[in-house]
Amino acid sequence: MAKKILLEHAHIDGIETFDTYRKNGGYEALEKAIKTMTPEAVVEEAKKSGVRGRGGAGFPMGMKWGFLAKPEGVPRYLVCNADESEPGTFKDHYLMKTLPHLLIEGMIISSFALGANKSFIYVRGELMYVIQILEKAIAEAKAQGFLGKNILGSGYDLELIVHPGGGAYICGEETALLESLEGKRGNPRNKPPFPAVKGLYQSPTVVNNVESIANMVWIITNGGDAYAAVGVGRSTGTKLISASGHIRKPGVYEIELGLSVDEFMNSDEYCGGIRDGHQLKALVAGGSSVPIIPANLVYKTANGEDRLMSYESLSDGGFATGTMLGSGGFIVYDETACIVRNTWNFSRFYHHESCGQCSPCREGTGWMEKVLHRLEHGHGHMRDIDLLVDVAKKIEGNTICPLGDAAAWPVASAIRHFRDEFEWHVTHPKEATQPGAVYRGEVELV
Amino acid sequence: MTQVANPIEFTPERLALVKDMITRYPQGKQKSALLPVLHVAQDQWGWLSSEVMDHVAELLSIEPIEVYEVATFYTMFHLQPVGKNVIEYCRTGPCCLMGAESVYDHLQQKLGITTGETTADGLFSLKEVECLAACGWGPVFQIREKYYMNLTNERVDSIIEELSQ
Repeated sequence: MAKKILLEHAHIDGIETFDTYRKNGGYEALEKAIKTMTPEAVVEEAKKSGVRGRGGAGFPMGMKWGFLAKPEGVPRYLVCNADESEPGTFKDHYLMKTLPHLLIEGMIISSFALGANKSFIYVRGELMYVIQILEKAIAEAKAQGFLGKNILGSGYDLELIVHPGGGAYICGEETALLESLEGKRGNPRNKPPFPAVKGLYQSPTVVNNVESIANMVWIITNGGDAYAAVGVGRSTGTKLISASGHIRKPGVYEIELGLSVDEFMNSDEYCGGIRDGHQLKALVAGGSSVPIIPANLVYKTANGEDRLMSYESLSDGGFATGTMLGSGGFIVYDETACIVRNTWNFSRFYHHESCGQCSPCREGTGWMEKVLHRLEHGHGHMRDIDLLVDVAKKIEGNTICPLGDAAAWPVASAIRHFRDEFEWHVTHPKEATQPGAVYRGEVELV
Repeated sequence: MTQVANPIEFTPERLALVKDMITRYPQGKQKSALLPVLHVAQDQWGWLSSEVMDHVAELLSIEPIEVYEVATFYTMFHLQPVGKNVIEYCRTGPCCLMGAESVYDHLQQKLGITTGETTADGLFSLKEVECLAACGWGPVFQIREKYYMNLTNERVDSIIEELSQ
């Protein structure tokens, strides 16, 4: 059986209630932290664990905590980013609805470590039913003395607030999220200053993803070193993977980092292989923002090494032949998927979700959507393909926040690996616009 | 319909909830309660008219423009009257791989309306939305807080029939 750090108890009936969670060892890590450890010691365990930001960026969480400014007399905040909106990603949704107390326990431990007395869980507004589950769990924890004033007699106070978003992908970007939490439009802020110095209400703030914070429970129980011993190299611990698309068993899986992509895709414990009678055509390994790779680069890197589910192995080969672990949104395409249509769909998403603040992103995402629309609908020209590459290049790196890059990479990578398919849409407009038509030329399937 | 003197008033329960929401944020930061309060307002009136938004501004002691600019930024808020059940249908990539486009065609035919329209009986409105974070259970749509997942033409038929009762 694979190592489980987060989902070990996910299958237990009633685990979303306080009593069942408690009976299965819940809140013991919190007791250990608050009764026997200093906040600094908790931060130290986070650093030792090597756990990296699970929202997509992969920045070491302990190091991020270390940057938090601590001026006297100024409140500090912890904000949990539960604005999960990256296409292909639904693991935080699953984690929160299944194990709400795991996130709450992690939030209390992390808030204690950072010296925050008011912490927020910013949940995308569409997940209103999950917000209700979390609020119920918070009320239970409070009634048991694990939240509120003088937690477990320690003198430490914490108030935990669940805050709904209003429907905006951009609020997953941490400074946009803070703007939104202040009751404003979700426009990302210029950095510096970073949130660790001036964040929520201009106070020092840490923003962490749901899964990152939930890991703290196991880390405190077992120690940062034990966590670092799980996984491979700098990809420590486990990762929740949201698997979707043309596989036998879509769903959320916890894997030990370093598992081979082959095993994840094809073993019955995980995806169960490509759906019957079909073959793998392409993979988006970490949410819609990361580069798409063709089948021949999925199981092996360009150097012929086994491709692993880790930050390093998935990005092996850089943008030429690699992709990224990102948020763990694992989207699988078989030979029936049209890459041009999928790229147009993603471009429409980024155009729709661009906040409009930076011209390259606001205008560029619109142009890419328009050009891809005409290619997909049989009105494209050969020069459109290079035009797309050019527009993508001009967005990348030229915006305040990473949404610009996120919009550019899927387009650039799709053209890099599937140029023939784009050209076929230009040369065969009638065929390409038939319902369900897909290019079946020289695409290597596995 | 009965006319009341001032129709823009939260019900007592909702007003109590709104007041509680305001106290959750630090003193002087009551504007933070804007998104939660707009959700409560939409729950009561179904959509956000400028009168409703003005009322929210008053409750939060902020300018009406601060409410308008937020309500127009976030996609969940309806700025026009909508039907009783707003079907928010995911149109993003992973759901499309699971056949979301053809199920959506079926849904439109079934209701006789397209995106942005409301059925003549006022029961249903159709809205296309981006990823709802349920990609492994697609195709998916949501009506208020409820997610409807693994949709097929048959399932769509039974959901619509059930909600038409």
